[in-house]
This record gives sequence, C-alpha cells and structure tokens, in this order.
Amino acid sequence: MEIEAQGIAIRFGPVALLEGVDLAMRGGEMVGLIGPNGSGKTTLLRVLANLRAPEAGRVHYAGRTAAEIGTRELSRQIAYLAQGGAVHWPMRVETLVALGRLPHRRPFQGHDAADRHAIERAMTAADVAYLRTRTMGQISGGERLRVLLARALAVDARVLLADEPIAALDPLHQLQVMELLRMIASEGRGVIVVLHDLALATRFCDRLILLARGGILVEGAPAHVLTDAHVAEAYGVEVVRGERDGVPFLLPWKPSAQSEGDVP
Amino acid sequence: MMCASAVDPVRHGRVPPYSVLVAGLAILVVILMGASLAIGYAPLDLVQAFRDVLKGEKTLATLVLTELRLPRALLGCFVGLSLGISGAAMQGLLRNPLAEPGIIGVSGAAAFGAVTVFYFGLAGALSLALPLGGIAGAAAATFLLYGLSGRGAGTMTLILAGVAINSFAGALTSLALNLSPNPYAVTEIVFWLLGSLADRSLPYVWLILPLMIIGWGLLLVSGPALDGLTLGEDTAKSLGFDLGRLRLQLIAGTALAVGSAVAVTGAIAFVGLVVPHLLRPLVAHRPGRLLLVSGLGGAALTLAADITVRLLPIRPELKLGVVTAIIGAPFLFGLIYRLREEEA
Repeated sequence: MEIEAQGIAIRFGPVALLEGVDLAMRGGEMVGLIGPNGSGKTTLLRVLANLRAPEAGRVHYAGRTAAEIGTRELSRQIAYLAQGGAVHWPMRVETLVALGRLPHRRPFQGHDAADRHAIERAMTAADVAYLRTRTMGQISGGERLRVLLARALAVDARVLLADEPIAALDPLHQLQVMELLRMIASEGRGVIVVLHDLALATRFCDRLILLARGGILVEGAPAHVLTDAHVAEAYGVEVVRGERDGVPFLLPWKPSAQSEGDVP
Repeated sequence: MMCASAVDPVRHGRVPPYSVLVAGLAILVVILMGASLAIGYAPLDLVQAFRDVLKGEKTLATLVLTELRLPRALLGCFVGLSLGISGAAMQGLLRNPLAEPGIIGVSGAAAFGAVTVFYFGLAGALSLALPLGGIAGAAAATFLLYGLSGRGAGTMTLILAGVAINSFAGALTSLALNLSPNPYAVTEIVFWLLGSLADRSLPYVWLILPLMIIGWGLLLVSGPALDGLTLGEDTAKSLGFDLGRLRLQLIAGTALAVGSAVAVTGAIAFVGLVVPHLLRPLVAHRPGRLLLVSGLGGAALTLAADITVRLLPIRPELKLGVVTAIIGAPFLFGLIYRLREEEA
C-alpha cells in the first residue's frame, strides 16, 4: 500500500470531526475523497500529507511512518496540492512550477537535467507551457490552478494528494485535469483527490470514499458508493442518473425529502 | 496578498541575470564605501592616508581615516546589509510587502537597552557599554519572543508578540526619558535614538561584526524555504520545510543582525522596508534571491543616505535615521496608494 491510515481521529478541542477512519490506497489507483462541506475531507487529506498530526491513529507510507522516512524524503514521495491556490508573490509561471523541485534541491546548486526535464514534463502535462514567461498576476483563475497543479506534478512524487483541483475550472479544463490525474495514476502513482463533482468522481475515480457524519459513510467502487440512499444521507439531495457510452453518470437534482427543512 | 511594483520588469521580460545584479550592486557598494571614505568635513588625501596606515605612521590623516571615516563607512555597509537582508527575510516569512525588521520587536528592545545605559550614566564610563546594552536588550527581546510565540506558534502569534514587545520597549524608553535626571541626558538619549553612523569607533564595528555575520548566515540560508512559502504554509511544509525551525532561524538571524545594528547606530528607519520592495521585481519576485540583493541594496542606500547627510549644508548634521525616514515615508504613501488601487 502506498498510503495506509488506521484509526484516524481528528478533533478540534472537544468537537470530533472524524473518528476511527481507516483507509488505504495502492499505487496506480485514483481515489476520490468526497463528502459534504465540513465533513473533514481537507483535514483528512492534510493528515495523509503529514501536515497535521491526527488526535489518534497512524498513517504509514509504503509500510513506514513519516518519522521513519524523514521529512525531506517524504516531501519527495508525497506531492500536495492545497485548496484555493494561494500565491503570495507574482512570480513567473516557470519559476513557480520549478518550486516543485525544492524537495530535490542540493545546497548551492541550480537545477540539473533531471529537474529541468521534470519541470518541462509537468508544464506540458498541465498545459501551461505556453504561459511560462507570464507572471501569476497575468493569468486567469483557471490557468492559475493548472500552474499550481503543474507545480505539484514537478515534484515527481509517487503519490499526489490534490484538494479540489478542479473547483474553479471551466468544463473543458475540468475534464482535462481529471484525465491528467487518471494518466498519472495509470503510470503507477497513487492519486487521492478531493472532489465535489459527483459526475466526474464517478467517471474518473477507481474508488470513492464518502465522508459524512464523523467518519467514512461508505467506500468502494463509485456505483457502490453513490447509491440514492448514500447520496441522500450524506448530501441531502436526490440525483438523476444516466449513461453515455456505457459510462454511468449522475447529477444532483433537488433536495431530498428527508433533508427539507434541514440546514446543512 | 499579491503585490507588484508599478514598474515591474518581470512583466516585460527584462529581469537582469541574478549574478549580474549581485555583481552590479556589490560594485555600487564598493564605490559608495570609497565615496564615504573620501567625503567629510576635513580635507583628506585618501591615498596618502592609506599609505600612512600601512606604514604604521600616526598622522592626522590616519587618525581621520581610522577613527572617523572607516568606522562610518564600514557601519554604513554592515548596518545597511543587515537591514536589507532582514527586511527581505521578514517580508518573505510574513508574505507581506509592508513587513520590516523591527516587526519582531528586537529593534525597539535594543534601543531600550542602549537607553538604559545612558540613563544610568554608564555610556561615558565604559566605551563599549552602549552597544553591549543594546545587544543585551535585543537578546532579552529574542528570548521573550521565543517564550511568547513558542516553536509551534503561527505567523499571527509571532506578529502579535513582536507588537507587544515593541510597545513595551517603547513604553520603557519613554519612562526612562520621563524619569531622566536632567535635560542633558534627555537630549543625549533623544539624539541617539534618531539614528546615526557618526562618531562610532572601530571597536564598535568589531564588537558587532561577528554577531552580524552569524545573523546574515542564518538569514541567507533560509532562501529555499522562503521560496516555498510563496505557496502558503501547507505547501511549504509539504515541500519538506520545517516552518517552526524556519521562524526560530529568522528571528535569531534578525535579532543578531538588526539588534546589534541598532545597538550601535540607533534606529535607522525604512531601509528594511523600502529596499526589498524596490528590488523585488529585479529578482522576479523570488524571496530567496531577494535576500542577498536586498542586503546589498540596503548597504548602498544607507551609505548613500549617510554621504548625503554630510553633503547637505545643514549644521548640526542631520541624523541618518531622520533622512531615511524622510525619504522612506513618502515611499510608503506611494506603496499604500498602489495597494489601494490593486484592491479596488
């Protein structure tokens, strides 16, 4: 297993966000982390990225803990794409993507051939090579997210943890980014992606983990996870379903009967 | 917060190569140091003075050079370097173009330490009492800052702790003025607080130089982590940087570099704020590369301002801190105006 978490509990003071979460991800697998707002997706992803210690439980990376691996080595193995895409200085796109090579840096040395190759590959994959000389202040919100994705890809890590990478993208770029994540997984890397779009989650992920009510409500193949009952219980909505080219999809349609009058 | 200068060469593909920029600024600093040695109130044949120094002869020229001009030029360079590097480091750490080295409170505390020496009349008794008092003040502030903010504290806690220490040190300085035994002591303290490079001797320079070198080292090696912080704290951590350690390193570096600078020269305002902001576009907004560039720029600005002070036909000589503040404050108005425009 690339990542294996056991008995994860996340609490904020006396308030428990998640309790007893067990999950695992193999290399070559694309796992969607889904659930309503406030269900703990981002916090759980931060725990998996070793950015936050859980109140209970353990995370193993290929059988070892973060302490055993060491911070530096872990930063080469796990790439993390944060939600929202904060960029505090208007750097050039190429310079920003190159920050993904920081875990591989050597003191007082610039980028070597492997670094340059990884940067070019990441920019091409995320379709931002044409923006390389622009600054982050000169590109659109969607382009900005793709540049940040390219930064995460430039780490060339075995695992990519991406928090809502398609939230601000237009439909074409949403599809392109999901196809890109799929391609990364097909190279044998593990991908865990936080998503709100259930249709894209169904179509592109091998497995979904649905968080709700303080833990994992259900996990497994998309068809098994996104049943009417589970969607209604987790999100309080009814869905409409369809199929195109043999691939099922679903769309949130209206608040479910049981959720009417609830304030999520 | 994303903030770009109005004239931003990055946007026009005109960023000079880093090595050229560093070399150019270093040459500028050397030229200004030469000018600082050459310009003064008494005429001085600089070449002859250097020859006499090398021969070990004690002449009026060697006295002017070694006792007056050389400490002033060296302090201008070292203090400016400290303010420039620390300003860039603080702006990078806090990801805010309005941050400056004094934000963590060590400048105010160093000033209070020196004022205490004045207050108890020790400045005349022991020649190094003044800088030692300033260094003690900076050290006390650093430990207090560590105690208040701790290793696990976030950036906001660090800023609040700095504000608290600054306020407290400012209040104690005012108290010292309030309780001052006589008006001459008040005048002496106030004039010292205004900041100046004049009349500091070489032992002052040798006292603070080792501390400053350690401070510069701690700040300069933080470049990659500051680059990573461009993407926020979570991403920087995921890139392998220990942010708790980074904060401690930058506090210690700033305390050593700026605390010892203030201990000798008093507060020299705005260099640490203005210089990083002016030079940031020339390094394509890379916080790591800004450190050394800003240090050299700080040295150049401090030396240039100190030379200006000597050339101005105003006697008694204007204090350097007054001149840098007069230059810096309008710049800050401009910066605020631009930020307002960007936010609109």
